Amino acid sequence: MESLYLLIPLSVLIALGIGAAFWWTIRSGQLDDLEGPAHRIFHDDDMPRKANENEASEQKTRD
Amino acid sequence: MENQATYNYKVVRQFAIMTVVWGIVGMLVGVVIAAQMVWPELNVGPWFHFGRLRPLHTNAVIFAFGGCGLMATSLYVVQRTCNVRLISDGLASFVFWGWQAVIVLAAVTLPLGYTSGKEYAELEWPIDILITLVWVAYAVVFFGTIAKRRVKHIYVANWFYGGFILAVALLHIVNSMAMPAGALKSYSAYAGTVDAMVQWWYGHNAVGFFLTAGFLGMMYYFVPKQAGRPVYSYRLSVVHFWALIFTYMWAGPHHLHYTALPDWTQSLGMVFSLVLLAPSWGGMINGIMTLSGAWHKLRTDPILKFLVTALSFYGMSTFEGPMMAIKTVNALSHYTDWTIGHVHSGALGWVAMITIGSIYYLVPRLFGREQMYSVKLIETHFWVATIGTVLYIASMWIAGVTQGLMWRAVNPDGTLTYAFIDAVKATHPYYFVRFLGGAMFLAGMVMMLYNVLRTATVGRPVDAQIPVVHAHA
Repeated sequence: MESLYLLIPLSVLIALGIGAAFWWTIRSGQLDDLEGPAHRIFHDDDMPRKANENEASEQKTRD
Repeated sequence: MENQATYNYKVVRQFAIMTVVWGIVGMLVGVVIAAQMVWPELNVGPWFHFGRLRPLHTNAVIFAFGGCGLMATSLYVVQRTCNVRLISDGLASFVFWGWQAVIVLAAVTLPLGYTSGKEYAELEWPIDILITLVWVAYAVVFFGTIAKRRVKHIYVANWFYGGFILAVALLHIVNSMAMPAGALKSYSAYAGTVDAMVQWWYGHNAVGFFLTAGFLGMMYYFVPKQAGRPVYSYRLSVVHFWALIFTYMWAGPHHLHYTALPDWTQSLGMVFSLVLLAPSWGGMINGIMTLSGAWHKLRTDPILKFLVTALSFYGMSTFEGPMMAIKTVNALSHYTDWTIGHVHSGALGWVAMITIGSIYYLVPRLFGREQMYSVKLIETHFWVATIGTVLYIASMWIAGVTQGLMWRAVNPDGTLTYAFIDAVKATHPYYFVRFLGGAMFLAGMVMMLYNVLRTATVGRPVDAQIPVVHAHA
């Protein structure tokens, strides 16, 4: 039973912390655009194209 | 000197390779203890005994395999989505080597019998302190990188990773509080029922934040990227995050149904566990629907198969979990192998498959290649892993329900119908099927290591250029 005296206040504190973080996300404009960010990760092309092009040209010269 | 024109791929590469290596080690120990359940004569000497190898298995797969996977992917995603290099190469390197040191120390001390006896937190206090140091360094690297991001919006995957990092720090510190009584011996700061409740507050939230939130971070980046489609609903992903972290914190008591824990606490834990179904399924549907319009890619892309199958298992085990938290169901399932099956439906089906898919995505990019050495081998790995998982889960369902029914069966005069050993005998064939399933999953990991090493040797380590930041759309 005593564990509840520790864990319930602790959980309430954490919930308040989460609430504060949520408040910050709204205030700071993190949630203003809920469409764009989903597409933004595709503007970032992480394919190592250069290396492949070099290699492709290498292969061509080998052929 | 840190090169600000490129991303730090070195630490991602190190963690990615070690994810596969520790995966094999951890799962091998798992297969060994599964074999010990089938053939008890394999329990040789004190160091090679089930009781000591089991915590080694859980620590290795969760913290070594899962931990390295989370660190590899989070450090990649945070750089790519924030458009900036990690704040410190030195600190990142400390996180890598420190985490490997923790794993090696665990692999040495656990078989030697040094344990604090707390499930999923068995490591003794000096190692606990090292974990804390490494974790704080990890948090500094991660949040420091977010702080100097060049993109205003923090992508949803980073929210999940960030929640996971903060929650695990808190859980670890509170649960590991202990009084040292020697170099490798300590006594928990809590006792009796209090200890049990703190332990399962930790244990359940370790599942919620380490094994769920962290891997959802992976899901929200790698599923859209591999599918080539934006996440089905970004709005839903934000709701998913906040709802999940609010609810998980309270569900721990369902691990202590019908114990000395106050009854109302058990019922509270049960209710919150049932509520958890909503955010979990919201996230699962969001992930799977990301493929709408791109379903055909599943036919040809084995990496996508891994990621989507992981989501299906996530949906399955987050339905099974709340169901098992209902007290009347728990009366049958608790202490049986059903629980082991449930855990592995999450661990193999969800955690391992989403990690495997993400690592297959990462490795070619880290070594300057367009794709893995052998895509066909990924396909084989996928089928071996999926069949292995299904064998594992199905056998443990049957074993668990059989055990539960046999333990509770009573004769008309009130005596027990079966002795305990009768249930053990009835379970024996399913232990063998479980061993087969686990061995298949391990075999898949060996294929993966071969494929990764071949990709690494035909390619060469690269640090990608940081692209010029796009105007905020």
